[in-house]
Amino acid sequence: MKKPIVKGSIKRRLSALLTIVAAIIAIFLYFLIQSVSRQIAQSSQDNILLASATSIIDSSRFNKGELSIDLPYSSLSMLDTVTDERVFYSIKLDNKFLSGYKFLPKADAFETNNIAYLSGNFLEQNVRVVTVKRLFSISGQPVALEVSVAQTLNGLTKTLANTSRASLVVGVTFFLIAAVLSFMLARSAVNPLARLTRSISKRGPKDLRPLATSVPTEMVPLVSSLNSLMLRLEKSLTRSEDFITEAAHRVRTPLTVVRAQAEMILRHLDKPKNRKHIKEIIRAIDESSRAAGQLLDHAMVTLRADNLVLEKVNMNQLISDTVERLQPVADLRDISLQYQFFCQANVVGDTILLQNALYNIIDNAIKYSPVDSTVHTTMLSSKKTYIEIKVNDTGSGFTLDEPSRLIERFKRGENVEGIIGSGLGLTIVHEVIQAHKGKLEIKNLVGGGACVSFFLPSH
Amino acid sequence: MRFLLVEDNISLAKVVVDRLSLDGHVIDHAKDIATANEYTATTEYDLILLDIMLPDGDGRDFLTTRRSKNYKTPIIVLTARSEVSDKVSLLDLGADDYMTKPIDFSELEARCRAVLRRKGDSVQTNISHGNVSFDPVAATLSVGKEHVTLRTRELRLLELLISSPGQVFSKSKLVDRLFSYDQSVTENAIEVYIARLRRHLVGADISITTIRGMGYKLEKSIIL
Amino acid sequence: MRFFFLAISLVFANLTNAFEVEERAFFGNQTGKSKLSIISTADIKYFAPMIELFLERYPNYGIDYSVVSSTDVMKVMYSKKTSYDLIISSAMDLQVKLANDGFAKTYKPNIDITIPSWSIWNNMIFGFTQEPAAIVISKTAFKHDHFPRTRQELINKLRENPDRFKRRMGTYDLRRSGLGYLFATQDARATETYWRLTEVMGQLETNLYCCSSNMIEDVVSGEIDIAYNVLGSYANNHPLSDKYVVIYPSDMTTVMSRSMILPTSSGNERSAKLFIDHVLETVFVSSTQRTMYNLSLSTYEENSLNRIKLGPGLMVFLDQFKKQKFLAEWENAILQTEKR
Repeated sequence: MKKPIVKGSIKRRLSALLTIVAAIIAIFLYFLIQSVSRQIAQSSQDNILLASATSIIDSSRFNKGELSIDLPYSSLSMLDTVTDERVFYSIKLDNKFLSGYKFLPKADAFETNNIAYLSGNFLEQNVRVVTVKRLFSISGQPVALEVSVAQTLNGLTKTLANTSRASLVVGVTFFLIAAVLSFMLARSAVNPLARLTRSISKRGPKDLRPLATSVPTEMVPLVSSLNSLMLRLEKSLTRSEDFITEAAHRVRTPLTVVRAQAEMILRHLDKPKNRKHIKEIIRAIDESSRAAGQLLDHAMVTLRADNLVLEKVNMNQLISDTVERLQPVADLRDISLQYQFFCQANVVGDTILLQNALYNIIDNAIKYSPVDSTVHTTMLSSKKTYIEIKVNDTGSGFTLDEPSRLIERFKRGENVEGIIGSGLGLTIVHEVIQAHKGKLEIKNLVGGGACVSFFLPSH
Repeated sequence: MRFLLVEDNISLAKVVVDRLSLDGHVIDHAKDIATANEYTATTEYDLILLDIMLPDGDGRDFLTTRRSKNYKTPIIVLTARSEVSDKVSLLDLGADDYMTKPIDFSELEARCRAVLRRKGDSVQTNISHGNVSFDPVAATLSVGKEHVTLRTRELRLLELLISSPGQVFSKSKLVDRLFSYDQSVTENAIEVYIARLRRHLVGADISITTIRGMGYKLEKSIIL
Repeated sequence: MRFFFLAISLVFANLTNAFEVEERAFFGNQTGKSKLSIISTADIKYFAPMIELFLERYPNYGIDYSVVSSTDVMKVMYSKKTSYDLIISSAMDLQVKLANDGFAKTYKPNIDITIPSWSIWNNMIFGFTQEPAAIVISKTAFKHDHFPRTRQELINKLRENPDRFKRRMGTYDLRRSGLGYLFATQDARATETYWRLTEVMGQLETNLYCCSSNMIEDVVSGEIDIAYNVLGSYANNHPLSDKYVVIYPSDMTTVMSRSMILPTSSGNERSAKLFIDHVLETVFVSSTQRTMYNLSLSTYEENSLNRIKLGPGLMVFLDQFKKQKFLAEWENAILQTEKR
């Protein structure tokens, strides 16, 4: 059966999309957490810096117009509590440097509460600076006291590294979980399809009843069109069968009449020349009957082979039944039919087709056998998994080059002189055996005669 | 023998009737199931030939009805259908045998014989004369205390000759009757069978006589 | 043993640099390629054993060891004219300032043991001792009396016998000694009694010294009876230490940590790193060496110890405002009459 064209996969596409979305969210989460934690870390650093600067400014006193600042010990030590940091400060009065680090950069962007922050560089270090401004009035003159405190970023960097790691872990974990979930989701989304497939595959070959599995709304159009397809298929099959049946009837009935009439004419004829002519006619009729019959048989087999009705077939029974059925035909030519079993065997297959095949083989053997001979049918087991059924006759055998070509349609051997046949017999047999995954072998016997044997997988 | 043919195709039915009558049988023809039922109600038949496709129903129904009523007469179904499954189910339904059209009359004869043989002794077809007893159904020939079972061709040859004692049958006619048309058989083959029969009939009250240039005939000895 | 040159007491009046090298010594192989120049506040006598241990391990080295005051260390570094490979100082605040101002190179010591957290600051300063500040009192001073154990007890004793101790006391001149300033500020921070004591000492015309060793010498020679805020390590290692009693005030004892800095201007970084590793290993692994530089402090109540912590807090007292104010107050208290 031709394989359907595969393009993409719903499951893969769905899980790919979900995974991409998960990845995007994960990346977004990562940056979000990074950003938030950076802000938190920064603001906690800023708070400490602010506390330090404020404690310095709080310690400033104006005494008789003179500024005195008594730096609290904690103002600088508080900046070194968690990690070792280099600390810088600068005290300016009206932009005039008073104490500390003269060239420490100052933060300018003052908000309403006279506090400004700056991330800058000092003495080749990245630092965070806070500048706190306080206005005093000295003898009516406004003076601005600015205290800047700065700190290196060891602690901040370490915190950020930690949060970076943490947010990476969060991001990756989220992504992994989301990816797993998306695979599961994709699989479950596709489940209804799998269920439908299972219920269809469970069906026998002739089961064309409408589907009864429950499906989600999206699949309803699919199931409806499947059902209507099966209905049409059933109708078409029935039509084909009916056609074949009808054709058979139409062709064969008149043939019967013609033949009978011809026979009766023959009875009344004496002149050998006339008799010869009638006999030729009868022979021709027989040939066409046989041909018609086999054509229809062949069509039937082909139709059926695609949809085998599988059941357990008792081969011993089948062989004996078929031989019995052919007994009268064999008797006509004084041919004796014998059969012998070397094993008990069952086969999983289509009873009717197998019977038909065997019938054809033995019928063939009878036809090509001389009068008073025997046609032997034997069944034996071969290699534990196969059975072999052989039909031997003592006829003229097959012409030696390529007995296998006889399987081709309408091919007849070279020594079929005078024997009526359509050439389809072995073709039919071959098709049946093939449909059952068996093997057909035809060869000549040493000492004369033919042997047709076929192998079937035993049950 | 007495046959009933149930067949709706008139030309086919005529042919069958004629053909079988030629062999000396009696044949009734019913063209539908209703008529068939009528006939079977009043007459006993040795064998029924039943066509499947009938105007007033399926031949299978006739079959099943007959069987359910324990009708013993053997029935051979005639079918044009190539469909194999039908054949199998026919036997299941109660047919004794089946044949596909077109009918090979010699095959039909052989099958009838076989069916009757299977059915047993309800049919009396014994032909006796003097110390000879010949049962064509059982294919047995008894000459005095000697019993022999005849092979098919011998049987048919004897049957033919004994059906018209005194009639001369030409070799060619005998060939026609005994062999099928696809066999290239010389007339000398007849001599072989005649010789065989003669061997069996040694000391019998019937004998086969050769009429030179004409053929053979069977003669019955006068029994005193 | 490894002296190839005797210790030379040199007074280098280096006019361009204006710093005074108190002592200078050369150890080991001065001709080879492996050299190390150390500028230190520790006496040669005090530090020589450490150097000799180093040279036992790395015999090819030559070490140039100069002793200066802690303030001069600052002068040298800020002038940037002379470069040294290693700075060793007891003035923790000045060390922190040096490091904070960018003169120290970061280095992660390459040794197997774990170093206690107080020892290293910012991978720039490496402390290797724990030396308490002590009160050294001549045995003759309090023959029968009880020796004071706390500052308050000392104050009481001094107040009871002012005449006995007039001009018989010594302490650091905070203007000249960085360590002295450090000890004093720590005292003032941690105790309430410091200023009172300083006031009393001022009344008694206390002598002011540049260094612990001088104070101890004067106690030994009998010039003074009491030396306040002397380095305990020096006091205990003096050959004539049986002449005085070393007291660690039980109300609060300041503990200083001597430390090393690898200056950015060093030309022999590798050698300096080796030396730093050596010192840390010697001090923190080998127990015998430990006691040499760290007085075993286990006998002291931890609560009474004020271990000075390396950190920017130490810069507070270096702030010019703060320093000015402190020194002014101190001068006010101690200099009731100018001495020495």
